[in-house]
Amino acid sequence: MTTFLGVPDLDVDRIRKDFPVLERVVHGDKRLVYLDNAATSQKPRQVLDALTDYYAEHNANVHRGIHVLAEEATALYEGARDKVASFVNAADRAEIVFTKNASESLNLAANVIGWSPSPRGLGSGDEVVITEMEHHSNIVPWQLVTQRTGATLKWFGLTDEGRLDLSEIDRVITERTKVVSFVLVSNILGTVNPPTEIVRRAREVGALVVVDASQAAPHMPLDVQALGADLVAFTGHKMCGPTGIGVLWGRKDLLDELPPFLGGGEMIEMVTMDSSTYAAVPHKFEAGTPPIAQAVGLGAAIDYLSAIGMDRIATHEHAIASYALDRLSAVEGLRIIGPTTTDDRAAAISFALADLHPHDVGQVLDDQGIAVRVGHHCARPVCQRFKVPATTRASFYLYSTMDEVDALVDGLEHVKRFFR
Amino acid sequence: MKMETMYQEIILDHYRSPHHKGLREPYDAEVHHVNPTCGDEVTLRVRVADGVVEDVSYDSLGCSISQASTSVMTDLVMGKPVPDALATHDEFLTLMQSRGEGDPDEDVLEDAVAFVGVAKYPARIKCALLGWMAWKDATARAVAESADRPLTTEESA
Repeated sequence: MTTFLGVPDLDVDRIRKDFPVLERVVHGDKRLVYLDNAATSQKPRQVLDALTDYYAEHNANVHRGIHVLAEEATALYEGARDKVASFVNAADRAEIVFTKNASESLNLAANVIGWSPSPRGLGSGDEVVITEMEHHSNIVPWQLVTQRTGATLKWFGLTDEGRLDLSEIDRVITERTKVVSFVLVSNILGTVNPPTEIVRRAREVGALVVVDASQAAPHMPLDVQALGADLVAFTGHKMCGPTGIGVLWGRKDLLDELPPFLGGGEMIEMVTMDSSTYAAVPHKFEAGTPPIAQAVGLGAAIDYLSAIGMDRIATHEHAIASYALDRLSAVEGLRIIGPTTTDDRAAAISFALADLHPHDVGQVLDDQGIAVRVGHHCARPVCQRFKVPATTRASFYLYSTMDEVDALVDGLEHVKRFFR
Repeated sequence: MKMETMYQEIILDHYRSPHHKGLREPYDAEVHHVNPTCGDEVTLRVRVADGVVEDVSYDSLGCSISQASTSVMTDLVMGKPVPDALATHDEFLTLMQSRGEGDPDEDVLEDAVAFVGVAKYPARIKCALLGWMAWKDATARAVAESADRPLTTEESA
């Protein structure tokens, strides 16, 4: 095997054989070229088998019942928590809260911070700082909580290259700032943001740091302790896991302090008709029957990714991004929306093609078997910032190949001919 | 399913050279409709005089299907009495909801029959309907507006 930057290459051909859907042909005889990985990843057989095995052999509700299946299901569910904890280098397995997706994780974070008693909670005169490149799931929860509490929402703008404009960081994050929440990797621009500078300034003013790692966790090593944040959200389905399972990591002492989010079974210690006391974390934040099979599936996905190695996956995607940026830049009339070099850049690449609407671009690509995402990617403020109604986005993953980049470029030339 | 069933030449022609585009005066109602999932937008004005759709003018951003559909719509409704134009709208809506199985009446829908293929692509139906929905909304407002308007001596006579 050859090496790239000292990291052994992935055996992509072998990896692709693990993903049944990549064998598909569409529209009659077109080989599927799946370039919509930032929306959701495909699932390897190992994850599908874990889901089937769970339901076929071990299905029961967790943390209750003393029969064999209940014990096995609980062990599998809690085992998945251990795998996630290890995957993100959490100091304590109780720091891993299972949710249904990253949106729920971020809503949980925003609400329980907002509801906290003073001085942690939000009120008039307090500020929450986000960025203009957030996914709607890290904008709307903060709009809701600041509107309800009377706090003020502020944000970092973007440079023309699609990076955070941190030039005024000391004026954006102030003594009034209670929370700074930012995306680690942008789903629309592909930008990898610099956490160190933001965390340093947030610490200086005593603000909590929330990180949306939805596009980071699937693609690069994620170490929550090194990151230095207080709360980190991500989702399972973008990292080879099933839909319906998300994660919120939080510092143990902070999770202990924050009030519950949803109420119900599982999250309590003692209930009377007047009031209740709550279970210890993480269960305090996991009301009701959790997504058990989905957590088990996520555990299998983490085993799968870890066996390959997140550093190797990141290196592979870096090489793909580099090749894709080169080839796309050479397409006449194509404008990349986001960083045009691979420095601090992930393999989700948005672009505009001449004056063609992304819907038309995506439709004609689909006819050739090429799946891309078109639209505002739940990041409409970014589209407004770059004065485009929408973009076309190709996003790559561990199973993506250089051939697929070539297919995309050929496909775009066909799109241009079609609408000429 | 062949993509060419959606992108018929007649649709591409309207996309390349849209009819009646640009905002004009006078008008009785103006609406702004968006397609939140894809960011398509249309600002559309309607002028109704003596119960007839006298003018439809618009400014829009969007894909070929939404642009062409809006262009075709202006051809079909302008100059028609409001009830007739609404009937044409209903006919087009039925076609779009036909899952591609519709048998459109070319006498009623004219160029709009070309959109039968679009109805096979669920994600694109809302593109084809954007301009029509905006027109229906604006027309309802224009009609309500004229009903609210105090009658002049001449009209009441």
